[in-house]
Amino acid sequence: MSSQNTQDKIAFSDEALQLVNSIIKRYPEGKQKSALIPVLHIAQAEFDGWLSPQTMDYVASLLKLKPIEVYEVATFYSMFNLKPAGKCILEVCKTVPCWLNGAEDLVAYLEKKLGIKTGETTADGMFTLRTVECLGSCGTAPMLQCGASYYENLTNEKADALIDKLRVENTRKNYTDII
Amino acid sequence: MGKKLLLEHINVEGIQSLEVYRKMGGYASVEKAIKTMTPDEVVEEVKKSGLRGRGGAGFPTGMKWSFIAKPQGVPRYLVCNADESEPGTFKDRYLMEKIPHSLIEGMITSSYALGANTSYIYIRGEYFYVSRILERAIAEAYAAGWLGKNILGSGYDLDLYVHVGAGAYICGEETALLESLEGKRGNPRIKPPFPAVKGLYGSPTVVNNVETIATVSHIVNMGGEEYAKIGIGRSTGTKLISAGGNINKPGVYEIELGVPVEEFIFSDEYCGGIPNGRKLKACVPGGSSVPILPAHLLLKTAKNESRLMSYESLSDGGFESGSMLGSGGFIVYDDRACIVRSTYNFSHFYRHESCGQCSPCREGTSWMEKILKEIEYGRGTMDDIDLLWDIQGNIEGKTICPLGDAAAWPVAAAIRHFRHEFEYHVKYPEKVKDIKHTPPPMPV
Repeated sequence: MSSQNTQDKIAFSDEALQLVNSIIKRYPEGKQKSALIPVLHIAQAEFDGWLSPQTMDYVASLLKLKPIEVYEVATFYSMFNLKPAGKCILEVCKTVPCWLNGAEDLVAYLEKKLGIKTGETTADGMFTLRTVECLGSCGTAPMLQCGASYYENLTNEKADALIDKLRVENTRKNYTDII
Repeated sequence: MGKKLLLEHINVEGIQSLEVYRKMGGYASVEKAIKTMTPDEVVEEVKKSGLRGRGGAGFPTGMKWSFIAKPQGVPRYLVCNADESEPGTFKDRYLMEKIPHSLIEGMITSSYALGANTSYIYIRGEYFYVSRILERAIAEAYAAGWLGKNILGSGYDLDLYVHVGAGAYICGEETALLESLEGKRGNPRIKPPFPAVKGLYGSPTVVNNVETIATVSHIVNMGGEEYAKIGIGRSTGTKLISAGGNINKPGVYEIELGVPVEEFIFSDEYCGGIPNGRKLKACVPGGSSVPILPAHLLLKTAKNESRLMSYESLSDGGFESGSMLGSGGFIVYDDRACIVRSTYNFSHFYRHESCGQCSPCREGTSWMEKILKEIEYGRGTMDDIDLLWDIQGNIEGKTICPLGDAAAWPVAAAIRHFRHEFEYHVKYPEKVKDIKHTPPPMPV
């Protein structure tokens, strides 16, 4: 599922297509636009973790929408990547309750460990480091999200172990992963 | 120990499953409502209970329900707001993750009351794994006949779906949430018309918070009048408080409304005090949008009365000396915390989350962040503090939705109560160069 080169190569797997059809059925007839955000999540997971213009056009044709209706939504929500990113996007919460519990130290530690600045991707394409707004994990701060998983009450040691684990697994982490 | 309703069975092994949830008395409210009550009678009980919206606004739920329009032949919708994104708030996540059926049960009982045959739970995208837990619970409920056609042989049909968002604080605002559920950008709508008249797909819709909906089951079970006996005054019932920041025991606590703030912070039953022998400096008691209070105004009102965890007591004194219960996102600061950095952090949040529709919010949040950054890093001037005050005043009340107010209030409160810290940053740039600088002591 990595064929991004030409538009005609873009298509969901049968499994994903089945899921998309079941999602469309959750909404009244003619309101299939409601399925857009859930379907974009699936598309991002299916096509290398980001939404290329071709992917968005494909989703538009699938839901019988104008491409602009997809672009304007994809650009509004922070969980959609409009550029390729690392296989594992480490999203460190930096809002006040996490800040009070050492989120800035955690970010600095990860920057040093990975040899990148916040917003950058490691040269091997494995990790992208980001800071994000409150993830609703304030009682277990500091924390980060990677794919569908929350990693909470983090220390430098736990961050080390997490990064080792992710390196060994060496798979793309998506929000839609079943955990 | 105060009364527990929502979290009474939180530690029961297997409570995530329908089987155990049923054993603990789950789904009784659905049976009672559908078999023995008319929809209007359910609404009446919720009115009597005095329940107020638990998402943050505190609007009476029964009243909100009674506004729903009932034109013939037009579907009505109940939409659960599970977009929990207010910094400091994580109670809904906890409830959905630990006792998913409590939300499903509340959705069925509430949908019945409102005459909705299709309902949605709109959950923030970051909680994807929680959406899976809800979907499993929903599948169990369908299999057992609590959802679907002809529930309990009553002729009442209900379909319930989970809908995931994709990262946008603004979608917690109910009309932005509906836009998002329709597959659009989360731009809040101009009101009126309110959702109760024109909501999802132009149909009458009620949007309620997770905790609010889960509470409805308990109200139906015990009766509205009994529920209203819990709590204090117009703050009836119990409330989930998400406690975080500099405390010994962060977590979600169910309190009977009316617990003294001092007890909540220092008692071992709740937050367990401030760690490392530090002192309580300040607190944002109801999620990032509500005014921060310094310790002396947090524990006692300006009238020197004990401050209580209730809608009325926390807002006593207005914004001059009070705050709000809000969503119950309770953020505690010890005496190392720099209020300027905290305010800068919040301003970054609101700038990032402004949908961009209204100029005062779109431009104002960005200006506030820039100015706060300058002050925080010792590059600000005294005039900047006044400018900041001026800008926040020009955002408040001048936008389509409350995000503008939510961005303005934390800035206003920080300057109101901690002006000396802003001035310290201007006067002593050398001392604030290190991001971990020690803030100046409170003036006596």
